[in-house]
Amino acid sequence: MNRPEREAAVRRIMDAAPPQMPPELYADVVRRGGRMLRRRRTARRLMWLLLWAAIVTFTVWALMAHPWVEPPSETTPPLTGW
Amino acid sequence: MRERQASQGARRAREFEAFVAGAAGRLLHAATLLTAEAPDDNPRARRLLTLSLAHTYACWDRLRGEDPYDHARQCLAARFARAAWHQYGGLGRGRPHPGSALGALAPQERLIVVLRLYEGVAEEQAAALLGLPTERVRTICDRATATLLHPPRGPVPQVAKAKVAPS
Repeated sequence: MNRPEREAAVRRIMDAAPPQMPPELYADVVRRGGRMLRRRRTARRLMWLLLWAAIVTFTVWALMAHPWVEPPSETTPPLTGW
Repeated sequence: MRERQASQGARRAREFEAFVAGAAGRLLHAATLLTAEAPDDNPRARRLLTLSLAHTYACWDRLRGEDPYDHARQCLAARFARAAWHQYGGLGRGRPHPGSALGALAPQERLIVVLRLYEGVAEEQAAALLGLPTERVRTICDRATATLLHPPRGPVPQVAKAKVAPS
């Protein structure tokens, strides 16, 4: 027996008894798939919300604290009386 | 906006229903061959197929141009490979049913035979899907084919042990 014949024989063995389709499969698939979609959507929204909150917090903090201004020196004593 | 979303959802449901009606029978047969269960009693194959199709449903809008059947088949194969890995040597869960066509094979051999011969996936694609070299896939496929066509005889029934003569 050469290779194509052997493969054909195996295909015949596998094709012998096709299983019955369960009727509730489609509803089950849509239920699970829909749940997966909703979860992903919720996770995505939560992530955007978190990002937005972080941006707002950072902006407010930066406007109040002015981190780009050089702080006044504290090591040199103030020069007075000359 | 909401109307557009609703119409898009309805269209997706219609397309997906048509896809399932066309493809589920073949995929269920493949899943039943993979799990080596009897055709009329296949809870593991149904679960495998349900989870794979649910994943395809969730990815439906992002499958631009990709073949949904291909996607479902890849999901099925990957999920089965992972499950077979975890259940390797498990306590009787992966025990093949005597009525199944591929019951004589190991899980990996079943996966490769189903992908290559039942689904007709090319050797290179199957190798890429499973992360194996192409030659290895060919070897395993040949070995599995030989096992199926010439089933090894069961263990030789042990000759009744010679009783030690009481002396």
